[in-house]
Amino acid sequence: MTKNKKIKNSSAIQKRLIPTYIFLTIASIFSVFPLYWMVTAATNATVDVSRGKIWFGTHMIENFNNLVANTNLWKSFGNSCLYSTAQTLLCIFVCSLAGYGFELYHDKGKDILFAILLMAMMIPGVATMIPLFTMMSKFHFLNTVWGFVLPGISTPFMIMMFRQNSRNFPPDIMEAARIDGLSELMIFFRMYMPVMKSTYAAAAVIIFMNSWNAYMWPRVVMTDNRAQTMPMLIANLAGGYTIDYGMLMMGVLFCSLPTMFVFFVLQKQFAEGITGSVK
Amino acid sequence: MEKKKTMGLLAKQKAAGWLFLVLASAMIIVMSFYPMVRALITSFKTGSSANMVWADPINYNYKRMFQDKMFMKSVGNTFLYLIIQVPIMLILAILLAQLLNNKDLKFRGLFRTMIFLPCAVSLVSYALIFKSLFATQGLINSILMKAHIISDNINWLGTTSTARIVIIIALIWRWTGYNMVFYLAGLQNIEYSVYEAAKIDGANGWKTFWYVTVPLLRPVIIMTFIMSINGTLQLFDESVNLTNGGPANTTITMSHYIYNNSFGQGVANFGYASAMSFFVFILVAILAAINLKVGDTRD
Repeated sequence: MTKNKKIKNSSAIQKRLIPTYIFLTIASIFSVFPLYWMVTAATNATVDVSRGKIWFGTHMIENFNNLVANTNLWKSFGNSCLYSTAQTLLCIFVCSLAGYGFELYHDKGKDILFAILLMAMMIPGVATMIPLFTMMSKFHFLNTVWGFVLPGISTPFMIMMFRQNSRNFPPDIMEAARIDGLSELMIFFRMYMPVMKSTYAAAAVIIFMNSWNAYMWPRVVMTDNRAQTMPMLIANLAGGYTIDYGMLMMGVLFCSLPTMFVFFVLQKQFAEGITGSVK
Repeated sequence: MEKKKTMGLLAKQKAAGWLFLVLASAMIIVMSFYPMVRALITSFKTGSSANMVWADPINYNYKRMFQDKMFMKSVGNTFLYLIIQVPIMLILAILLAQLLNNKDLKFRGLFRTMIFLPCAVSLVSYALIFKSLFATQGLINSILMKAHIISDNINWLGTTSTARIVIIIALIWRWTGYNMVFYLAGLQNIEYSVYEAAKIDGANGWKTFWYVTVPLLRPVIIMTFIMSINGTLQLFDESVNLTNGGPANTTITMSHYIYNNSFGQGVANFGYASAMSFFVFILVAILAAINLKVGDTRD
């Protein structure tokens, strides 16, 4: 009897939710379609793409071969992998160390310093672009991994994220470790890092995505074609007067593979990473 | 003796605390604050990158900026995108989050993933996808032709008004899901009992939304608002890759114009570009000041 009532009740609720389902379905189609189209276009010849074909074709291998023949695909892909990995590792190390220091050794002086560092958040990239370019060229860092990563190793956002999340780190552990004779730095490596795994994962995902997708700064600092990144490569593909859409979308697909992989496998960490300091 | 030893340990701990911050702080000073000062100095100079001299009069670049019709146009464009896109996007995002935050809804995870999916591609990628979709020989035209809505191909990106619309649509597409995630995180912090209480008080869906959900989400709404304004003020990738500022620079953004003046083909107008970038900095700083003022009610 009660079970029956419950079923009836839930079907009434579902009926009421029909407009919600319709709205969400439309929003989902709108969100997914351009990406679906990108994937199908990567498998079609450019004439079919222009003709408005929205189903998979047989031109995938040709598009890929054209891409390899016309661009520095592997080189650029390798560059992007190197730059993004280096930036991710260096940034999580430097920023987590700072976040740990700011929260767990916190005193008045550090709070003031933190407030000052936070002001760097409002400095737009376009304003520091020219002085940084001059600086990098002076140190011969143009077209190198250092030129790419140095401006992004320490960011207020990441320090803030680690600082905020360090509140969950129990200070008792530190006391216990000190009694055991661990040095301050060893406490960081042996205690803090393992406990904060999930924060590290979220931070790594967000830094990797951002550095893989970066466009303005790489365009400034990578003056040589051989040092260019994947976003730069695909942007160049679309620069000409006649565009091979099949090949272009193959390039876009290729550029998106790592970030899509991260999105699907580590979506939870990604969502945690972007909302980082909202708590 | 014993006391002295503990003092030493405490001092050591204190020193370690500062040591942990040194690297990160130094890098922010060298890579953000110092360049900002350099940019200010450069903004008072003219000449090509290698041999720059003090401008005469000293505020020459700033004067030039306010008389530069093209720069004013780029400021206007950026604000146009801001005023139209940000409210639409945030309202959509909050609406979607509210709909998804329903325990009775099926396929919640699937809907959420699909709406969040545009964040999986880079700004350059989606700009190129939209460029291709809205190309003269692109899919949008071919669908509209087949549906007999239009009889001739529309040159979406070659016409100022439609090119701006395409940029706005593309921005909404890319960032709505992103902001929705913030609202979903915010909504999850609201206790279910709050809604029950509202229901008992006789509030319907809309009333609950306006008088319960929105006030509780206020900090998150302010944050996404500030983030979106900040992002839009620095719009670059879309302007470069979707329209290349065209037609005739009528869709160009501030960052794009500054880039063209500093690293464009055959141009290295570092002094002038620095002056313009300082203008962007001041806009962002004003925004941050407002943020601090409005956001103060938090905590």
